This record gives sequence, C-alpha cells and structure tokens, in this order.
Amino acid sequence: MDVSIPVLAAGIAATSAPLIFAALGEALTEKGGVINLSLDGTILLSAMTGFAAASATGSVWPGFAAAAATGMAVALVLSVIGIWLGQSQVAVGFALTFLCRDLAYFLGTSYSRTPGPQQLAAPVPLLSKLPLVGPIFFNHSLIVYASFLLIPLLWYFMYHTRQGLILRSVGENPEGCWARGIRPRLTQTIYTLAGGALVGIGGAAFSLAIKPGWGRPQGCEGIGWIALALVIFGGWHPLRVALGAYIFGLLQISGILLQDIFPTLPSQIFQVAPFPLMIFTLVIIHFSRNRQDRWFSRLMALLSGSPPRALGRSHQQE
Amino acid sequence: MIELRDIHKYFGSVKALQGVSLKVEAGSIHGVVGENGAGKSTLMKVLTGYIARTSGSLLFSGKEVEIQTPRDGTSLGIGMLYQEPLDFLQLSVLDNFMAGAADFQRKKMKKKLLALANRFGFTLHPDSPLYWLTVGERQQLELLRLIHANIRVLILDEPTTGISGEQQDLLFGALRSLKEEGCAIILVSHKLAEIEALCDRLTILRRGKTVAEQEQPFDRNSVLTAMFGEFSDQPPPDQNSTVITAGKKKKLVSFHEVCSSTGRSGLDAVSTDLYEGEVVGLAGLDGSGQSVFLKICADLLPHTGSVERFNHQHSTSSDQGDKQAVFLPADRLSEGLIASLSIREHLLLADNTPLFMLPATGREEAQQAIETYNILGQPGTAAGDLSGGNQQRLLLSLIPAKARLILMENPTRGLDVRSGNWTWHHLREQLPEDGAIIFASPDLEEIMEQASRVIVFFDGRIILDRPVDETDLDEISRAITGQVNSECQIEK
Amino acid sequence: MTSKYTITLFTGISIGVLALGAVSLLLFALNISPITVVQVMSAGSASNWMRISHVLSIWIPLLLCASGLLLTFRAGLWNIGVEGQVVMGAIFATATLRLLDGQAEPALVLAIAMAAGLLGGGLWGMLAGILRNQCGVHEIFGGLGLNFVAQGIILYLIFGSWKRAGMASMSGTELFGRDLWLSVPTGWRVPPISLTIAITAFILTALLLAITRFGLRLKAVGQNREAARLFGIRPDLVSLLGMMLGGGLAGLAGCLQVTGVYHRLIPSISSGYGYLGLLIVMLAGYRAVPVPFIALFFAALTAGSIQLPIVMQVDSSLSGVIQGAFVLSALLVHGLNQRKKQRDKQKNKQQGAGN
Repeated sequence: MDVSIPVLAAGIAATSAPLIFAALGEALTEKGGVINLSLDGTILLSAMTGFAAASATGSVWPGFAAAAATGMAVALVLSVIGIWLGQSQVAVGFALTFLCRDLAYFLGTSYSRTPGPQQLAAPVPLLSKLPLVGPIFFNHSLIVYASFLLIPLLWYFMYHTRQGLILRSVGENPEGCWARGIRPRLTQTIYTLAGGALVGIGGAAFSLAIKPGWGRPQGCEGIGWIALALVIFGGWHPLRVALGAYIFGLLQISGILLQDIFPTLPSQIFQVAPFPLMIFTLVIIHFSRNRQDRWFSRLMALLSGSPPRALGRSHQQE
Repeated sequence: MIELRDIHKYFGSVKALQGVSLKVEAGSIHGVVGENGAGKSTLMKVLTGYIARTSGSLLFSGKEVEIQTPRDGTSLGIGMLYQEPLDFLQLSVLDNFMAGAADFQRKKMKKKLLALANRFGFTLHPDSPLYWLTVGERQQLELLRLIHANIRVLILDEPTTGISGEQQDLLFGALRSLKEEGCAIILVSHKLAEIEALCDRLTILRRGKTVAEQEQPFDRNSVLTAMFGEFSDQPPPDQNSTVITAGKKKKLVSFHEVCSSTGRSGLDAVSTDLYEGEVVGLAGLDGSGQSVFLKICADLLPHTGSVERFNHQHSTSSDQGDKQAVFLPADRLSEGLIASLSIREHLLLADNTPLFMLPATGREEAQQAIETYNILGQPGTAAGDLSGGNQQRLLLSLIPAKARLILMENPTRGLDVRSGNWTWHHLREQLPEDGAIIFASPDLEEIMEQASRVIVFFDGRIILDRPVDETDLDEISRAITGQVNSECQIEK
Repeated sequence: MTSKYTITLFTGISIGVLALGAVSLLLFALNISPITVVQVMSAGSASNWMRISHVLSIWIPLLLCASGLLLTFRAGLWNIGVEGQVVMGAIFATATLRLLDGQAEPALVLAIAMAAGLLGGGLWGMLAGILRNQCGVHEIFGGLGLNFVAQGIILYLIFGSWKRAGMASMSGTELFGRDLWLSVPTGWRVPPISLTIAITAFILTALLLAITRFGLRLKAVGQNREAARLFGIRPDLVSLLGMMLGGGLAGLAGCLQVTGVYHRLIPSISSGYGYLGLLIVMLAGYRAVPVPFIALFFAALTAGSIQLPIVMQVDSSLSGVIQGAFVLSALLVHGLNQRKKQRDKQKNKQQGAGN
C-alpha cells in the first residue's frame, strides 16, 4: 500500500479527534482533583445517545448535544457519590463504566446497524488547497476542527485565566481553597460536569463522524481506558495529553499498515498493541526519573508531570 | 473592632466552646493562650468561618455580622495564617499569591508582590514553585497575600513553629507595622515569651471557656495557673536521670560519610557516632536533615556511605524484624498507625505475630497495655477512633521491651504539658541501660530539658554537636540558622 | 449487636429497593413490564435443576475471581488485571492439556492443568504487582495493559499455533478428548469437582484473611504502607504475594472454564467474569461473608437474562444494568450512612480530646 505523509497525517488527525475530546475532558476533571474512571462506559453510552438523537432528528447537532448531556449526567452521578458523599471515586467510576456500557447496549438495540446521519468532511475554502498543510489540517469534518481548537483553548484556560488558577488550586489543596473563600466541592463538580460533557462529545464524535453508526460492538470499546492512560502520560498538561493522543493515532494507523505486511496475524492483535506500548512508556518515564544523567532527566521532566496532589480525595467540610 | 460574644460550638454532644467572649481593638495585638484542647483553634476557625458556630454573635466595628463560611470572613477582611500553611505546593509563588484574588493581571500582581515583599524585607521569587520554599517563606507569602487582600483582622495560629529566628524577627516586625496601620491582630501561641514580646492584651482559654484576661505587663505565674489549673499532680521533671559517664561510652550507631538525596535538603556527608545511654536531641529548621537522619538510623531510607548499627554493618532490612530499633514518626495516624486496625491488632503486629490468631488471641495483652499506658479505649477500638494523645500512647505501647534504639520525630507534638511529661517519664523508664533515644523536635526547650546531647542540622549537614550542658539556647538558635562561632566549630 | 445487625439489614434492603426501583422505572419508560422480566429471569435461572446447575457453572468462576479480589482489595490494590489473569490461567491449562495429553493418567493431567492455571494467573498477577512496585505503573493501568496483552496472546494462539486443523476461527481451538473433560453427572451442567474447588478456595481465602498473620499483614499494608514498614513488614513483598494469590485464584477460574465448561480455548474465555467479580466484592463492601451470596445472585441474573431476547425481545445486557445499578446504589447508601457515622465519630473524637 502506498501512503503519502499528508494522507497519513490527516488520518491521524481525524482518528485522534474523539480521543482528544475524551482525554482533554478527563484532564480537565482530574486537574480539579477528581478522577472520572467511567470513561470507557461514558464514551459508549454517549456514542449511543448521540447516534439515537441524531437519527431521531435527522441532524447531527442534536446528537452532539445529547451526547454532551449524557456525559454530564454520568459525571453528575460521580459528583454526587464521589465528591459530595465522599465515596471512593475509583469505585464509583468503575461501577459506572460497566453500568453505562450495558445500558448503551440495552437501550441501543433498536438502533443497531441502522443508517443515520453523519458529519461529512467540510473542506475549508482556499485553505484546503494549500499544499501539504491543506489536506492535513483543512479537509476534515467540523468535529475534527473543533478538536484542533480545543487544545489551545483548554491550555489557555488552565494556565492563563483566573478560573483556571482556581481549578488548579482546588486540585492541589481543597482545604486551602476553602480557607480562601473558594468552594472546592462546587468547583470540582463544575469541572467534573464540564469534563464529562467533553467526554460525551468524544463519544458522539465516534458514532457520528469517525466510526459512524451504532452496533454491538461499536468499535470504540477500550478507547476510554486509553484516554485515562493518556492523561497520566501527558502529565495532566493539555498540550502533552493532546500530543499523546496523536501518538496513539499514529500507532493505530501504523497497526493497520503493519497488518498489510503481516497478513497472517489476526487483526485484533494490532488493535491491542498500543496499550502495552503506553505502559512501556510509563515504565520508561518512571525509571528515567531516577537517572543521574542531566539532560536525559531534564528531558524526561519535560515529558512527565506530577498529578494534582488532591487527586481522588474529596474535600470534607468540618 | 471585632468582638465575639458568648460563642458556643458543639460537635454533636461535645462542647468544644461554651460561651467564649473576646474583644480585639483595631491597632492592637491580642494573645490567646491555653493548653491543648482548650478550644483556641476552634475559636479562630469560627471567627474566619472555616467552621460554623453553634450559637453566639460576632460584631464587626460594632455591627452584628454573619460569618458562616470563609467567604463571609474574607469579604469582611478577616484572614488567618494557619499553623500548617494551606497553600498549593506545586503552583508557583505568584500563582499562590493570586489564587482566589479578584485581580488577574500577572504583571501587575507580580509587581505588587515584589513591592510588598520588599517592604517587609522578605525575599520571594515569584516564579519558583512553592515546594522550593521553606515553611517560613511560605508563611511570609501567605501574610503578603492577606495584606494584599486588605486584611483588617489578622489571626495567627502558632506562627513561629518551624521557622528560623531570622524569619521570626521579620514576622514580628511585619506584625508591629500592621498594628501601626490599625490592623487588629490575634496571636494564638503556646510560647509565653512571644506573647509577652508582642501582645497588648491576653485571653486565657481553658476547656472551652474564657478563664482570664490580662493587660500588659502580664503576670506569668497567674497566666500559667489559669492555663493548666493546679500543678500539684504533675510528676516532677526527671532531669539528670540518665547520667552518662564518659569513660564507659559504647557505640550504638555510627555514621560515616552518609549522603542521601531525599527530603528538602537531603544529607550531605554526615559522620557521627551515637552512644549507649544517650538522649540526643536533633534541632534544625524543618527539613534540614533531622528527619532524614532519623529515618536512615531506622534503616527506612536508601543512602550512600556506611551506617553501622549495633556493631553490625549491614543495610538489609532483615534487622527491622529483630525490633532493636523503633521509629516513631511525627504524623502518627498517617505514618505510624493503621487507622482501621484495632489496638489489639497493632500489638499483635508489633511483636511476635503468631501464624494463626483467633479473635481472643492477644486480647489480654491488649487490655494490659491499655491499663499500663492509660489509653482511652478497648482492645477492639480502631486506632483512627482514638484521640491524638491516646494515639501517641498507643505508639509508645508498641515499642518492644528489647528496643535499644528509640527514634522519634516530634515526640510530644500535639500533646499538652502533662501528657508530654508523662511521655518522657515513660520513655526514660523503659529505656534499657545500653539503649539510646534520638529525637527531633522543633521545640528547643524540650531539647534543653530532655536531651543530654544536641545535634543541630543545617542544610543537610551537622553544624553543631555538643553536650547540652556545654551549650545554651542562644548558641543553638544561631546554629539552626547557620551561624556558628569559629571557636565552636564541629568537633570531629 | 442487634442494632448493628438491624442496620446492616436495613442497608441491604435500601440498596435493593433503590437499585430495583431505578431499573423498574427504566423498564416502565421503555414500556416493558418489570414483572414479566422477573418471571422470565427467575424461570431462566431456577425453574429446574438443569438451569440451577447452569447458574452454578457461572457462580464457580465468579466465586473464584471474587475470592482472589478479596485478597487484592485487602492489600489496597485495584486488581483490574483480573480478566487477564483468568485468560492466562486458561492458556496455561490448555498448554498443559495439549502437552501432556496421552502422556499420563487423565486425572493426573487434569490436576497438573489446575496447578498450571494457578501458576498462569499468579504470574500475570505478579507481573502487575511488579509493574506497580518496581516500575511505578499504577495497578489499574498495569492491569489493563496486561489484560490487552493477554487478549493478544490468546488470539494469537487460537489463530496461530493452536488453530484448528484447516481453519482458524473465533470459535476456538479443537475440543479436547473426552477423557480430559471434568466429569459431569447426567442431568448436571456443572462438574461437582469444580464446585468443590471453588467453595474450598473461598473458605480458605476467608480464613486466610480472618485468622492468619498473612491476613493481618495484608490488611496493614492495604491501609497504610508506610506504617506497615515500621512494624517490620515488607509492604512490597506482602502486596506482591497478595497479587500472586489473587491472580492464581483467577487463573484457576480460567482453568475450570477450559476443563469444565468449554473443553477448549475460546477467545472470550473469561466472559467478563473477572470484571463482574470486582463489582461483587465492591457490593459486598470488601468483606468475605456476603461474597458467595452476591456471586450467586449475579450468576442467576446473568443466566436468567439469556432467556430475555428469546421470550421478550429484550436485550440480555439488562442483567449488566441491574448489576451495575446494585453496586451504584450500594455506594450511594454507604455514602449516606458514612456521612452520618462520620458525624458521630467526630463527636467521639472530640470527647476523647476534651478529657
């Protein structure tokens, strides 16, 4: 198979778009100190509701709205039990993962393998004609453009706005925020909901654009776990998380290419390949932290970040 | 300026505050003292809104105000420097300064921060991450943040714990100048010297009630009586009970060129010997190496160089099992005890754990330990349900009888005078003749009273090491900040 | 004591009412009668011995996985790698059967396969433990990664070296010889030996946790690793041992699926029972005693739901929805209870400090 660099790059940008939404949504949630482990289920459920709403209305936009609402609803359950009632966020997230997955299959049976609307590529006039840059960046569906915009927006929000600073402070030390007149649990709830909405949009990006349609399996199973791993890989920094998502997209695409080279191997093996590689990266980052080597450890310090100190611990008011 | 009238705070059926009244004038510094559990911190948290009061009224400039959350407190201009700084370690100094502030213009805020720091003689770099700073510097930053927020009532809870003498002078200077500007300042402290140096008025709390008020000059004796009640049942301080005869000294632990990179300053080529029969007090600013030194003694941290313990040179943790050395961490519940395990289970784990155990196994021993150590609980009570003092007594009861090397961080932290004295009395009684106690404490008076030898750490090195009766508070406090007279350099 | 018992009972009832109420509402909204669903599911799981024994055949792997997870939860670990451990147990058992087929007495071969299953799961658990202790990879991500790797290996084997003569397919490897099947009495769908093994494993686990030194150390490590070190415990070693034992039990489950249920290796050998085991232990509040009962309930739901698409055209994933709803309700109710308890506790603490 003959592949040109622009085609490959465009493919990566498109396949990574849902992952960008999901991983950045999770990064937003975790930056505030809440871990939403339910991603894998949320993505599936919102992919289903998104597709269902789009089919019912015949337009993709209500689909995206429904998916975002679904993601927020799941995040709301997590917020109530995990933030306000102080139960283990991991436990709640894990239970939600499976509840949402089965709920998606249960509610989605009637939409299975039915045709529905999908978002088509909308080349940007003029810009898409540019050599090299045009096909890579300006010949996609709207949701892919949105994923490009989301990355700098989120970065700017986190590091250059007052609310972003409050978000980071809450993730660091909720008690300190409480003492300063900030409401930590309210802040956490807001960003858990916002993150959930982004994850939901990521789910709809699958069923309405990247892997259009609904069925069992939909094809986005397992992506939620990868998004969770990407947040750690990216050190809770939006730019690095996005970079991780694109690297994952590259791995996925090269898996398809490799399959042409090794036709005897079952295709499923290539689908599972990126995950062990992700773990391998985490191991490398861990070991490089203890290295004496100056420039190497400095490079690794750039690549890895520290988790918000209050991650997973809910603030209990006295 | 601010007045609290008849404040009550109940936690369920427990009355933490029962009718406390306090009036602080603008332009004055008001001291609040009391023993542990007297309700000082609770009262202050009520004033800031960090916790909500049960009943009573708050008056601000003569008008009754409602303070139920810190938001209410901040909007009235009430701010507090908490004992453990409530800040954000991974954020930069500037971010910490700005978090929660209404203004969000980095350049402007940076200028303001630097100007304020300059005014009070603090040195803070806006862009360094907070975890590079000492506790004292973090406190300075908090103070500047509060001043920038136009604070009118400033509350300080034990502000001089863990900061250097120089930082203390700067802090006191800043407080005096704030007072000049008309700020009402409340100082909560257990150090009477501090109160005497700074305060105009003084309120003494005892068991949730106001028991006395005084104006400058204070009468030390009546203050102490008001704080602690009768002194009669206090065990006599048992100083000099361990007298070391220099000739018979035998080495217990020996450090040679030990280095470590853990902790704020790590350890930098430390060599020293610890002898049988010694009680060694470790002093120094928080994170200057005392804690790392203790943990290496306890074989809990990796290090380079050689450490010889009990005349064996080995660095495997197998000798953790023989329980000759025990380490009592400062943060008892999070580092030393296991919250959901019962007293009985702790004792079972501590020594000779049987391979199989029924619910009755070890119950009797636990009951015995509870009586001996005066722990308020049952064999089945979970450690997390005990109060701070009882947790400390439980930790002490876990020290095996054969322990020869007792290593402690802040052994009397959070204990009142009586519990503290009991602790020391017990430790000395239990210590075998060929054993030693090594402890770190931020309280120099405790070191002077209890230790036979003092080692001062500065920036990961030993800067002063001498018998307690050959030095004095002044020399130690100067050593803590890194100043040593040329004549008393480290002896080899 | 009675009041504690009543509270537990009350908690249990409120969890049940909440979960079933929520699911009923959902069914009403979809115009499905919850009563018919209950009828179909209970008929599908308990109407005759054949069906009950089918429920038991699901109960066995669930009980084994949950027992293993009790150990890892006690060590404070989220062993999400349990799925991969089931798969590796199945692979190791299959390899043993293929290797030793005809070389020894079938009973002996089967016994060795069991040991191999234990070993396979244990090794996979150990790997997750090492990744956590030595390589700083959180056990959730290490375990997940290893699940994917195990999935890759099993696919490679089924489509590669162990493929059926002529064609490879998702239906799995060649069936083993009849003499290598665990014997099933007529009218049963579950080998009695599997039942015995699962029950024994559960009882041993419960005893290990309740009355042994290892159990107490595991609890200490799970609660507070740093403090455990001060008691002369080596947290890494203890938790690694917990992971190995937990993984071993999951591996045993995989082995019993191969030798007692499918009689071959199939790609979906774990059937998601590992994840279901996690939900069971969570619903049990991480305590041993309720585990067999909850596992039985979950097994009945799973078995009963198979009838749903046939009788009522309702998707069988409803059982998963019910199971998830139960765990979530439990978390909600525990959260509300804890909130109350915490207030009481604070009271006691203040009392202690006040003296």
